[in-house]
Amino acid sequence: MTEKDKFEKVRRIIAMSRKETRQMLRDPSSIALGMVLPLLLILLFGYGLSLDAKHVPIAVVMEDHSPAAQSVWGAFAGSRYFRPRAVNSMFRADKLLSAGRVDGIVRLRHEFSRDLHAGHAKIQFTANSIDANRARLVENYARGVVAAWLAQRQLTHGWHDDQPVAIQQQIWFNRGLVSRYFLVPGLLVLIMTLIGALMTALVVAREWERGTFEALFATPVEPTEIIISKIIPYFCLGMIGLAIAVTASRLLFHVPIRGSLGVLFLVSALYLLVALGMGLLISTRTKNQFIASQAALLLTFLPAMMLSGFIFDIRSMPPAIAAITYVLPARYFVALLQTLFLAGDIWSVILPNTAILMLMAVLLLGMTRRLLVKRLQ
Amino acid sequence: MEAIAPPPAPVIVCGALCKSFPDGRGGVTNALAGVSLEVRRGFMVALVGPDGAGKTTLIRLIMGLLSPDSGAIQVLRRDIVRSPKTGESHISYMPQKFGLYEDLTVQENLDLYADLHSVPAADRAQRYAALFAMTNLGRFTKRLARRLSGGMKQKLGLACALVQSPRLLVLDEPTVGVDPVSRQELWAILLHLVKTESRTVLVSTPYLEEAELCNHAVVMYQGKILAEGSPREVADHARKRTFRLTLPAETKPRQAVASLLTFPAVADAVPEGSQVRLVLKAKVAEIPQFPLASAAQEVQPHLADGFMVLLRQAATTGAPPAPLKTTPTVSAKITAAESEYPVVEVRDLVRRFGEFVAVDHVNFQIRKGEIFGLLGPNGAGKSTTFRMLCGLLPLSSGMLRVAGYDLRHARAWARQEVGYVAQKFSLYAHLSVWENLVFFASAYGLRGNRRKQRLTWAMEEFDLGAVRFHATGHIPDGYKRRLAMACALLHEPTILFLDEPTSGVDPLARREFWRRITTLANQGVTVVVTTHFMEEAEYCDRLVIMMNGRMLAGGTPAEIRQRGKAPGISEPTMQEAFIRVVMDEERALHKAGGA
Repeated sequence: MTEKDKFEKVRRIIAMSRKETRQMLRDPSSIALGMVLPLLLILLFGYGLSLDAKHVPIAVVMEDHSPAAQSVWGAFAGSRYFRPRAVNSMFRADKLLSAGRVDGIVRLRHEFSRDLHAGHAKIQFTANSIDANRARLVENYARGVVAAWLAQRQLTHGWHDDQPVAIQQQIWFNRGLVSRYFLVPGLLVLIMTLIGALMTALVVAREWERGTFEALFATPVEPTEIIISKIIPYFCLGMIGLAIAVTASRLLFHVPIRGSLGVLFLVSALYLLVALGMGLLISTRTKNQFIASQAALLLTFLPAMMLSGFIFDIRSMPPAIAAITYVLPARYFVALLQTLFLAGDIWSVILPNTAILMLMAVLLLGMTRRLLVKRLQ
Repeated sequence: MEAIAPPPAPVIVCGALCKSFPDGRGGVTNALAGVSLEVRRGFMVALVGPDGAGKTTLIRLIMGLLSPDSGAIQVLRRDIVRSPKTGESHISYMPQKFGLYEDLTVQENLDLYADLHSVPAADRAQRYAALFAMTNLGRFTKRLARRLSGGMKQKLGLACALVQSPRLLVLDEPTVGVDPVSRQELWAILLHLVKTESRTVLVSTPYLEEAELCNHAVVMYQGKILAEGSPREVADHARKRTFRLTLPAETKPRQAVASLLTFPAVADAVPEGSQVRLVLKAKVAEIPQFPLASAAQEVQPHLADGFMVLLRQAATTGAPPAPLKTTPTVSAKITAAESEYPVVEVRDLVRRFGEFVAVDHVNFQIRKGEIFGLLGPNGAGKSTTFRMLCGLLPLSSGMLRVAGYDLRHARAWARQEVGYVAQKFSLYAHLSVWENLVFFASAYGLRGNRRKQRLTWAMEEFDLGAVRFHATGHIPDGYKRRLAMACALLHEPTILFLDEPTSGVDPLARREFWRRITTLANQGVTVVVTTHFMEEAEYCDRLVIMMNGRMLAGGTPAEIRQRGKAPGISEPTMQEAFIRVVMDEERALHKAGGA
């Protein structure tokens, strides 16, 4: 390639991305999707759609009436997460649970205070598992209450040896059990997927629909140049959306960012490339905006929402569905985000997930390049 | 001058090109069936033929945008099939939709194509100035392409293609969907280019009169080249066969045309003012005695006449159309008094969409049994007017009476009197022809004997027996059009509305269509039809010409043609009259704006 060729190539890429940027800026829907939507989602999930449960009704079966059991009851009654009602028998509690009057049962058996002294007390917790997420949440709250009660008891009774009650706190990093700390990082996945995949799939389909590709293909512009010039503006828009979302979550909801900001932006940029690759790949196969948007929603957005581990825990999915999540880029990005937001720069998590995303980006963009030929068929 | 020098080098050479596309039913349609073509340097070559002839496919193959199933293509000495790198920088291409970015301004579109074609920055100022002078777009550089009129978009598309100095310019139907005035201007630019810069131009068009402006015409039909040569040579296929017939005063030309077309010897017959232009299939030594005509005169054939002779020879359905049945559609005969009574009355009709005035104070009346035409380019307001007439769109202001009902109050009643055939026929693709008819019969509330009688009438009148049980989605377009008309006529409406019934229809089918309409009008049905083919105005009793929502002219075809009279044009065509009317209007607007 001569110097002149290179120069012309660069000039074509600049001209094409300038064109793309102008189109993007003049289209109110792209601004809405890139800048307004991130804010809207953050506010929506942050304020409205919080999965936090408060004043969850539970039944506490008091088979034991010892002072120790009474103080467990007190701990539940005093928690703002629960609205307990005391019942005498497990039979009665079961009825309440199946009627949906309570969301969980805490059972303190006859032998509770005896076992407590012996150091192997058990508290049985039963949750209504129709809504698995809520059940898990309620269970975790219950564990939290018991743990707090135990800590209190250790302080007052001065036991420093074995844990007398077999309970282990499961949620490590979200110490305050605030679901928005889970949700806000997850939102980044949605925002990046929308901007990267949906918008690019749409803009390419629009070129097919309006017949502009036909004119473009008849010029010396090369497919790689078309791809690069489509990526540049939407990559920038995606990064702006990311900045808005991170700033808003920090300022409005004080979501912790325990990892480094640099790494966060780097892995997000990587995921954005993957999303752009998915969008462009979809657009090489569909030449119609409606189909492109449907395909982008079904193949990228919905899986990112339902199967990435952002809302529903992958571990609680049936094995067949859990297996599918391995091919979803969003899964790896969610893992990265939750680590970076809630845990810190844990390289043993960051490195493998980043490597997988990198591989996916290369694969998707490479396939797009192969499939985008300057042909109308 | 071409004759003296050795023939110039070929720029495009195509050999035995074949290309087929899947037809969506498991079969294939042959878009091109063995096309060979040579375009020499400095020539302006027109590809003409009806929609579906294969023009666009051929152009896309030449541009390397499609690959052929078989055959060879060389463009500027490069083998397009073997080295399919598209985007030769010496070739400029303007696709059907002009290839403009609607969200970019005029200047930004030009800059983009200049960058893509690597036009040196130093040359641009001069180039742009020349393009703006040619296209009159200089005043609109900051306007978004979306806000340009169809004619201006077309010129911008051309300017973008000419932003470099191409050795070959390829244009795919640049004048489709554009008003006649803009079409004329575009051709002026092209002719100027060929003359001053001796470019090679390949241009496709469905308008035969445009091909007469080129120095080589290639006539395509059903994926094959029927003939090629200079426009004169193509027209000469109808030499010694083309006549102008004068009719007795009481005969309407379109009625004469309808019966003349049933003679096996006749290749074509069209109304031309009060006369009929007739083309015979075979040469005759002397002027024969024509039925219906009071006098006949041999005339110089046009390219269109030659085309019709070729088409009749090539058309697979060679048999002449059977005489149409004359079962009355509407029981009532028109009395003299009735024919004076307006069935449609439009006064000060206005329709706004937000700020935009789509129809601006339009006035006309349609009498019973008339064929009434709404003519004008795309975006003129024809379809909007039409939808209001059919009661599909409420009016913003004005008065609208259809069959005696005021459409502002009694839309549902008026609809009983109206049959409507939409541009894209509203038929159910998955139902059979018969099921469609039955459905529409029940939708119109036909019952018992009347329903049976009307269904039988529809099957016979429109000759649908052969496709009765076929799924409507899979029958040929000609049948679909007939079925759509049959459905619209089931409830014996007194007025039939047809929206662009002939766009995208090949000339043979268009003749057939007008014959049918003539018969319907004879039976007392009032027919209102929109079209952008100026020559079809000749079939109408009266018509209005619309542009930019305004009614520019109204009257009988003869009256409107008179307005085209100018020094040097004693017998203006409808096209010339239209251009004249529009120019007068623009001049008037300009004066009003200046004062």
